[in-house]
Amino acid sequence: MRSDRDASPVDDRRTGVPLLRSWRAVYLFVGATFVGWLVLLWAIMRHFA
Amino acid sequence: MNALDYVVLVGTLLGVAAFGMWRTRGQRDLRTYVHGARDTRWLTIGLAVMATQASAITFLSTPGQGYESGTGFVQNYFGTPIALVIVAIVFLPIYRRLKVDTAYEYLGRRFDAKTRLLGTLLFLIQRGWSAGITIYAPAIVLSKVFGWRLDLTIIGSGLLATAYTVSGGSAAVNLTQKYQMAVIFAGMIAAGVLLILQLPPWLKLSDAFTIAGGMHKLQSIDFSFDLHPRYTFWTGLFGGTVLALSYFGTDQSQVQRYLSGGSVRESRLGLMFNAVFKIPMQFFILLLGVLLFVFYQFERPPVFFNAATWQAHAAGAAGASLRGIETEFAAAHAERRADLTRWIEAKHAGNALGAREAKAAAVAANDRVDDIRRDAKAALIKVDPAAATKDTDYVFITFIVQHLPHGLIGLLVTAFFAAALNSKAAELNALAASSTVDLYRRIRPGATDAECVTASKWFTAAWGLFAIGFALSVTLAENLIEWSNIVGSLFYGVMLGLFVVAFFFKRIGGTATFWAAIVVELGVLAMYRTSTISYLWFNLIGCVACVALAALLQLLLPRPAASD
Repeated sequence: MRSDRDASPVDDRRTGVPLLRSWRAVYLFVGATFVGWLVLLWAIMRHFA
Repeated sequence: MNALDYVVLVGTLLGVAAFGMWRTRGQRDLRTYVHGARDTRWLTIGLAVMATQASAITFLSTPGQGYESGTGFVQNYFGTPIALVIVAIVFLPIYRRLKVDTAYEYLGRRFDAKTRLLGTLLFLIQRGWSAGITIYAPAIVLSKVFGWRLDLTIIGSGLLATAYTVSGGSAAVNLTQKYQMAVIFAGMIAAGVLLILQLPPWLKLSDAFTIAGGMHKLQSIDFSFDLHPRYTFWTGLFGGTVLALSYFGTDQSQVQRYLSGGSVRESRLGLMFNAVFKIPMQFFILLLGVLLFVFYQFERPPVFFNAATWQAHAAGAAGASLRGIETEFAAAHAERRADLTRWIEAKHAGNALGAREAKAAAVAANDRVDDIRRDAKAALIKVDPAAATKDTDYVFITFIVQHLPHGLIGLLVTAFFAAALNSKAAELNALAASSTVDLYRRIRPGATDAECVTASKWFTAAWGLFAIGFALSVTLAENLIEWSNIVGSLFYGVMLGLFVVAFFFKRIGGTATFWAAIVVELGVLAMYRTSTISYLWFNLIGCVACVALAALLQLLLPRPAASD
């Protein structure tokens, strides 16, 4: 039942994403993207109101 | 639909299903059947998570929502990125470290058997119900539009999803979802491009946005603190976060998708893929609906988009009143089109005063068109009191059938069915996994892996038949995508409350949590029957009330033992 194929925690600490090498950086990127979308939606709403 | 459309539809659906069955044949152990080979890469996980959430309802019904109410529905998804980050940081590492097969197995380890059983039953009730809606939603719309028999449409699509899920388990679900998502994106992008190309040639895209904005269709964010509007920034941020946290963190249909990753890294990146792309995806689908609205400012739309229902009554004995409304509607539409044309011409000429006046006239003409549409629905009810008057689910399919070329019609209908199969397969897979791991394996602890796989296949088939049976007996009044979220919101708050107590309140035991969850769930159901507040708040209320009541009850009960 139990798999032995789970990757080691060391592997899990690396994100493998260029420029976003730590998970903190990945989460900050997600947060920034979210805020960016909010600003874009708000700007579209205001511009075409 | 012509022969080409049917070839695209049947060929694609059967081809992907057969490929999924062939690639994942012959699985013998339960963990592989439930989670796949645990070597899934992040992009496949990301697409599988997206496909599981985005059912046919998303692609069929959301453009209609955009057409009718604009882009405000996107606020429903504002909590999703926040929730996905929390799941990636808190939930995922715990599930991976404890190597649980289902989310509810964790409740058993943290609390006790009865709380695990409660979590399992809440999931099975809610998800079993949703599986029926998942299959019913596209079938009711497509069968009406194409004149297919509803029962055969439900049975055909239901059996296909059940067949490949029984055969290949989680791996088949992940694999088919990847290819089906490609079909869905191709179809939606093609429809969007052709829609833009069919706008009047003198109308620039910026003019289309000007018209949409002027008609209040681009009000994406509402910061008001009123509790009653369904979608505001705050319902999305707070209610939406709790809904998404519960869905992605505790719903086995999602947990199973990201636990199929080869490592925490792959699973996390799959979740972050959705955290980044979910809001833009929903916005662009809503925007498609808004552009449909602009398109139908110049092309005369039907007065009622469910044409089959309308025409059946218009041709009948009481049809004179309906035909009179059609004539009135055509005149109002022509007036609106003339005002809109004057508005955009004045804008192009730099005549600000003329543009303002023409815009006011166009908005007033649009209000008259809306009034006539309301009159049409009232007249329909008068003729047939049992008629369903929500027609927003028919907006996008009406455009597809009347304005897209053959071949592409087949591709879009394939995309709707692919989305339905994606979600239904993931739901069946999760229902069967939970039934096997949380119920069957507890009743028969000595069962071998081969026996558990066989049981899981039988459970998949049984849940598939249950969903088909439910879909054959259901009738829905709400917009389909809203109904699916309402059902989730009735259970997800309490479900999340169970897991929040488990993760963060180590001094609260199983007995207090169990009774708190039952009392609060009954309270949420009672509130749904009696209150008018937006359903998204039920998620927050259910979660907070469950945690608070569990803490209160724990004060009255003996301290839990270490294992409790």
